[in-house]
Amino acid sequence: MSELQPPVGTGPLAKREARLAWGLLFPTISAVALVVVLPLLAIFWISVKPVELGDLRAPEVVQREDIRGNAAAVGDTPSIRYRLRNSSQDQPITGVTLSDVIPEGLVVQDLDPRCGLTDRALACDFGDWEPGTRETLMIPVTVEQAYLDNDLRPQDSPATTTGKSSNVLTNSTFTLDNFARIFNGDEFMEVLWVTLFYTVFGTIGALLVGLFAALLLNKSFKGQGILRGLYLFPYVAPVIAVAFAWLILFDPFSGSANALLIQMGVTSQAINFFGERPLALIMVTIFEIWRYFPLSFLFILARMQSIDTDMYEAADMDGASPFQQFWYLSVPQLLGILSVLFLLRFIWTFNKFDDIFLLTGGNAGTRTLTVNVYEQAFAISNIGAGAAVAVVIFACLLTFSLFFLKYISREEGL
Amino acid sequence: MIRRGYLTGTVIGALWMVVVSVTVAVCMSFGTGDPFRPGILLSLLWGALAGGAFVFVGRNKLVQLGVAVVIAVVVLVGIGPMLTGMQAGITARVFGATALGIAIATSLAPILNEVVPGPLNRHEFEGAVIRFLTGFGYIFFTAIVLIPFYVMVMTSLKNQAELMQNPLDFSIDLSQGAALFRSYDELFTQFNFGTYMFNSFFISVLTVFITLAFAIPGAYAVARLRFRGQAAFSRSILLIYMVPMIVLALPIYIAFSMTGLRNSFWGIVMIYPVTTIPVALYMLQGYFRGLPAEVEEAGLMDGLSRLAVIWKITLPLSLPALASVSLYVFMIAWNEFLLAFMLLDDPSKFTLTRGIASLNSSEIPRQHLMAGSVIATVPIMALFLGLERFMTKGLTAGSVKG
Repeated sequence: MSELQPPVGTGPLAKREARLAWGLLFPTISAVALVVVLPLLAIFWISVKPVELGDLRAPEVVQREDIRGNAAAVGDTPSIRYRLRNSSQDQPITGVTLSDVIPEGLVVQDLDPRCGLTDRALACDFGDWEPGTRETLMIPVTVEQAYLDNDLRPQDSPATTTGKSSNVLTNSTFTLDNFARIFNGDEFMEVLWVTLFYTVFGTIGALLVGLFAALLLNKSFKGQGILRGLYLFPYVAPVIAVAFAWLILFDPFSGSANALLIQMGVTSQAINFFGERPLALIMVTIFEIWRYFPLSFLFILARMQSIDTDMYEAADMDGASPFQQFWYLSVPQLLGILSVLFLLRFIWTFNKFDDIFLLTGGNAGTRTLTVNVYEQAFAISNIGAGAAVAVVIFACLLTFSLFFLKYISREEGL
Repeated sequence: MIRRGYLTGTVIGALWMVVVSVTVAVCMSFGTGDPFRPGILLSLLWGALAGGAFVFVGRNKLVQLGVAVVIAVVVLVGIGPMLTGMQAGITARVFGATALGIAIATSLAPILNEVVPGPLNRHEFEGAVIRFLTGFGYIFFTAIVLIPFYVMVMTSLKNQAELMQNPLDFSIDLSQGAALFRSYDELFTQFNFGTYMFNSFFISVLTVFITLAFAIPGAYAVARLRFRGQAAFSRSILLIYMVPMIVLALPIYIAFSMTGLRNSFWGIVMIYPVTTIPVALYMLQGYFRGLPAEVEEAGLMDGLSRLAVIWKITLPLSLPALASVSLYVFMIAWNEFLLAFMLLDDPSKFTLTRGIASLNSSEIPRQHLMAGSVIATVPIMALFLGLERFMTKGLTAGSVKG
């Protein structure tokens, strides 16, 4: 009697299951590849290209067509006029052509040497254009009865133009200027320092405040649900609404916070909370803590409520005081969630853009790496430099992620 | 050393008095617009005395009444924990003094419960400290959460002149009646906020449906089906969520500029779901894993195909999770600012957040800016408060277990 062996390798059922799994995942994978992976690759490409904001629109032939002179009676001799130009002031266009249809009843008298006419189809070849070239093409015609009879006017048949231009995004010019520019000078060190301060203190602050809030609400009493909902408000509200509310609350001229501080005698003149150098950075960090403590609070509270109460009863019997219970029982239980939250929040705070952008616009010493991307790409209109900063961010994140994956693999749940 | 009743009582009393007098002073200032301010040193002194009274004399109703009266009187005389400016009316002063007296008497007595003049054991001492911290925590959190939102609503109901006149005055003049809502009316009639609101709503709802359409099959595959790379896949989902939006926004902006998708509804609807699919997938797969596989296997045995199992068994069972994921995705899409700001320039296609950003100019009064903020905040708050149970569950259950 032969011994029964478990099947070796993947059977047909397992294969079918795997196929189905990939089929179900396919839409997600393709969408993510299209919108996340492709842009990430693009960032690397752009970061070594000398691209300015204005280069995004490829140079093209701009043309306008009208009819000059009288064309009201048979025998009139107006001209059809084409005005053309190169839309770019610094890029050539090669192989510029124009083609159009002359309306019935207009007889072409004279033709520019660069153009040809077959039947009523006009075709012109202008060759290569230097940056900023302008051309005016006049075609004198005589009016016949047929033109007056039908309604077709020269403008009604739009002329088509063609021309090739090299796009700086796709050509083979590469440069390292972008990186040289962003790493240059003290500015980069300051950006790095601001990012570090904001990320570290924002993360730790939000965690501690969230822990405190969770401790407050970790008992059932009337109104606990209401308070929990209330404490989540900062996280749920649109960032733009709360950021502007903060700006108005702390406004140096008509803000209530300043009025209150002056009246309480804390300060004698209004403080420009979001406009002074060290203070602005502290304020945006506080805003970050305020806005994200609900998230840590929620997770910590959920973890606390899943801790067995028997343990605390036993500790009570043994005479452990409340602080001892917290320190020796709760904290070790919460350590897992706290470290997960710390890593997640650390990366998310590092990535945060909207908050600082809305509060200070990156001024007064609050420019973090992410704000710097926007600043370089749109304020200074140097897309290439913005992409270079993005590459730096990506490198930092990769480092964090490696660390994260290595560490998190020990954590259950995530 | 600190665990002596007389010391604990006076120190906690002093600190608690500071908390209460700051709270009452801020409340009175905001409520009346008159100058009220806490005197820190006087607060410490009177608080210590009140704490001492509760520890040595007792905490019954009579002592509480005595403390309340004494504090109220010293405040009125002008040597109490809270100082009042001359401009304040007599009613406001009496009201403030009484409020402070009652607040301190009724709150300090329970905090110092169990505290006796002699040595305290750890339980008694830490109990008092914890009650003090708890009280402080409730006041602190409620204040920091409510004040910005209250400022938002109040500013939206006041015109520039009223705001400049006394920034401290948080009261709302209800006698104006409907004129109070002038800025809201103008936003809807002149600034197209009705359209923006519709746009936001439409885009958010579409985002929810598209996200679910992508995430449900994906989450099911990751949670239930066995295939090579399953573990790696479920982990890398979160990694996608780690990529900062601004890094993606730059190439997307370039691509959209060159293809003409910028300034179009569909461009936004194409991008939003992709930002939410990873997190939705992650939350759903956590939930799917918790469902009993036996029910699905029974369905398979009875001849249902996998897809039919998902449709007829898994989805009906996971309705609560779908609700919370939808709510969360809706919230992300509704609140999204960066992409809307970068990709939309045409005022007829603005979302609410983009519309508010366009109100942020020196020519438009801030009343309108705040009214716009309120308009964007209220629907999401209402939705959130109504479905809070789903929201908190969805946020925590999917991502962190045990």
